[in-house]
Amino acid sequence: MADVRVSLEINGTTYEREVEPRLLLIHFLRDHLGLTGAHVGCDTSNCGACTVHLDGAAVKACTVLAVQADGARVTTIEGLGSTGDLHPIQEAFWEHHGLQCGYCTPGMIMAAADLLERNPDPSEHEVRDALSGNLCRCTGYHNIVKAVLAAARAPHDGDATPPESPGDPTLPVMGVGA
Amino acid sequence: MSPSETTPTDTNATDATNGQSAYVGRRMRRKEDPPLLTGKGRYTDDMVVPGMLYAAIVRSTEAHARIASIDTSRAAEAPGVHGVFTAEDLDLAAGMPMAWVPPGVEVKTPEHWPLARGEVKHVGQGVAVVFGEDKYATVDAAGLVEVAYETLPVVVDPEAALTDGSPLVHEEFGTNKTHEWGLGSEDMDVAWEEADVVLERRIVNHRTAGAPIEPRACIADYRAGYLTLWTTTQIPHLTRSFLAGSMQMSEDHIRVVAPDVGGAFGVKLNHYPEEAIACAASRKLGRPIKWTETRSEHMATTIHGRDQIDYVKMGVKRDGTITGIHINVIADLGAYYLLLTPFIPCFTAFVAGGCYKIPRVRTDITGVFTNKFPTDATRGAGRPEATHLLEVMVDQAAAELGISPIEIRRRNFIPKEDFPATVAVGIVYDSGDYHGSLDKLLSKIDLDAFERDRAELQKQGIYRGIGFSTYMEICGLAPSRIVGPGGVGIQAGFWESALVRVHPSGSVTVYTGTSPHGQGLDTSLAQIVADRLGTSPEVVEVMHGDTNTGPYGMGTYGSRSLSVGGEAVARAAQKVQDKAKAIVAHVLEAAPEDIEVTGDRFSVRGSPGKGMALSEISGAAYIPENLPDGMEPGLEETTFYDPTNFVYPFGAHACVVDVDAETGRIDVSRYVAVDDCGPAINPLLIEGQVHGGIVHALGQALYERIHYDENGQLVTGTFLEYCIPSAADVPSFETDRTETKSPSNSLGVKGIGEAGTIAASGAVVNAVVDALRPLGVTFINMPLNSMHVWETIQEARS
Repeated sequence: MADVRVSLEINGTTYEREVEPRLLLIHFLRDHLGLTGAHVGCDTSNCGACTVHLDGAAVKACTVLAVQADGARVTTIEGLGSTGDLHPIQEAFWEHHGLQCGYCTPGMIMAAADLLERNPDPSEHEVRDALSGNLCRCTGYHNIVKAVLAAARAPHDGDATPPESPGDPTLPVMGVGA
Repeated sequence: MSPSETTPTDTNATDATNGQSAYVGRRMRRKEDPPLLTGKGRYTDDMVVPGMLYAAIVRSTEAHARIASIDTSRAAEAPGVHGVFTAEDLDLAAGMPMAWVPPGVEVKTPEHWPLARGEVKHVGQGVAVVFGEDKYATVDAAGLVEVAYETLPVVVDPEAALTDGSPLVHEEFGTNKTHEWGLGSEDMDVAWEEADVVLERRIVNHRTAGAPIEPRACIADYRAGYLTLWTTTQIPHLTRSFLAGSMQMSEDHIRVVAPDVGGAFGVKLNHYPEEAIACAASRKLGRPIKWTETRSEHMATTIHGRDQIDYVKMGVKRDGTITGIHINVIADLGAYYLLLTPFIPCFTAFVAGGCYKIPRVRTDITGVFTNKFPTDATRGAGRPEATHLLEVMVDQAAAELGISPIEIRRRNFIPKEDFPATVAVGIVYDSGDYHGSLDKLLSKIDLDAFERDRAELQKQGIYRGIGFSTYMEICGLAPSRIVGPGGVGIQAGFWESALVRVHPSGSVTVYTGTSPHGQGLDTSLAQIVADRLGTSPEVVEVMHGDTNTGPYGMGTYGSRSLSVGGEAVARAAQKVQDKAKAIVAHVLEAAPEDIEVTGDRFSVRGSPGKGMALSEISGAAYIPENLPDGMEPGLEETTFYDPTNFVYPFGAHACVVDVDAETGRIDVSRYVAVDDCGPAINPLLIEGQVHGGIVHALGQALYERIHYDENGQLVTGTFLEYCIPSAADVPSFETDRTETKSPSNSLGVKGIGEAGTIAASGAVVNAVVDALRPLGVTFINMPLNSMHVWETIQEARS
């Protein structure tokens, strides 16, 4: 089948590309645009590592074709916050040790952002329910849930004592060779 | 850079050399997080190398078959395809390594090549591989490879595999039995004679998957005689050594890099066929080769864990004293071996006595070939199996004798004053306070309130139960003399390396031979170094995972990265500190023994304000105008550290479950854990390890199971069927610690990465039996899915 022209606004930038009709949005983001923040962890839309926002709502980018997203506005983890200007959920994940290997983290944060957009003051049960489509194998979810609840409270609750930081947010990724 | 004479200002910092810490012990958030939080991590599949081809592997659909023919012609002609390889196209001098050669024991070891030669012996085995320019088109082309199979009889049940007349996985051995290996007491008969009651149970520890969320991936780039491999591994240096052998290359011409690795849990502690295929193909095709595993491939062809049938016999006296335990392990190893496949069940034998003073303990292991993928190290690796069976048996004995599960444990604990304790299997537990952790656990649980709630819930048809698991484990791999070639028989040393380099500016880079992948070692090692060098973790960068930087290292597994890798780092930092003190003493005209690290300075004891900052010391070291006579310039030190003993973490866990007797559904309503891994370097990281470890075991206890049907077809081949717990399936946890120093290393630390997984499944099963006892249930095996629980209730009722 002939390639199809698509135009998407991703993290505020418009991209126009010719793509195969069968191309998944996750592969379009990762392989065609180099936006590798969203990950692939399964073949069956169970793990949620590929979660991005499509026109403001969380979707698993492995269940959306790039052509279906034509004309849409996409936000990926790269568009949520940067190392010098973290989104409150990113900040909360850092403070509450809501990540270990980091592989599920972008999807988890995007799913959490979607939840807090719809429900700014969720209960623990609501957080767990909302994140049940995103799998993490490292954290046991305890600190993820804690981080999301803290992020929900963040604007008006400063009493929690966050851990100290030895980290400089601008330090490069280590261990990656050229 | 002359020394200034100012007063230290960091009031938090005290003398690190005298055992007080500025940074060690603090809940510090992680240095490694900012890129991971913002989508700037760099995992193997994120990377692109110019000219790269994608690899797609054609895998066996049969569990056991002769390959009659492979027709690659249509695939080879497909658009963008640059090559289609079968086994004979791979120029490799060796197959997949297996590193266990136990002295005096014959282990039947089949050839294991990256692509099948003549026969396939499990579903998913690689038969051919297609290399192409476009990811999707390459997968399409793999579908054009036609393989004709002549099917052979299949065996999947390990006990059936041991019977006469069973189909043979490897015809040439004439048996499916791989080996027998035993450890422990020779006079178990005495244990049964001394016992008032002897209990026997068949405890199944079913096959599981490590299932990190990042599947495996690798990129091989062979250029002009040099090979670079980026791969999702826990062991980059060992992988390089294996490739030197199989590729027949000089080790110095090979670079292996573990970029960010998205979880591993033991399943990336291996050298896999796809790594060898990518390297051989890159050399042959002259193009970089990228392979990324799908989740379906992962479930079929990344190592599985556990898979033991444990026949357990335990003797107890009326007062609850355990007289002995014997375990006959039937270990289903699958069709081939990967790195440590037949060795892993041995770990069960080492910890078979747990935290109990049992005079006679013995384990006998029988390994079995079946038409399944190999098992190997998965979080806990043999120790979860031991703790599970032991904790279940202790509860079984308590019920039989009418003693409470808490009391029977207390009566058998190795007392605190017995440490270091030589146990029946011949190893020496370093330190422990088992009563202490159980007491602390019980202080968090109101058992009277529990009983009141239980009675209330039962009126609604909900059966509540509580289960305990008091565990100890053995980790910190490993003293080379004990586990090496002349000891247990692993063909390697298990020391660790560290290089601590202070730059001219005073900032620090640490190279560790461990290869962490989520544990937070960048942070904890930086805390250790910062204390010793009077600096801040902010300016201590930790490097790992690249064989071209830093010394050879053994990697991350077996909860070793802190107790062995961290100890190596601490020792290297200490050497740097010693040199720095000599420089300070020389420059400030003081005695070296009077120099102490106080906060952010090296100070002269008794002379407030007199001292040098690390940046001043490094300046003196790199512009060596005024160093002591004979001292080399520069400020860096390397250490290789081989531990003399393992470390032995322990703890007490309690699980509360609510079981709906009508549906068999289990709700884990509360989980409390008290763990002891010695003095904390960073409590935040310890808690994270404990949470994750517990959920890993809850998954196995409740839902997770790798299941092959009778034809050897993998039924649980995706995350649809292999259910790892989600946030909605588990509770928040109540965790606490006790701190008992290990004498095995100067930090006093023990491992914590596997402890939760080792502890938890026994607590869950014991809780479910406790809950269902009113219905007549006295025993149940994992996994405790609703159907299995419901059926067990029906059987008990009838």
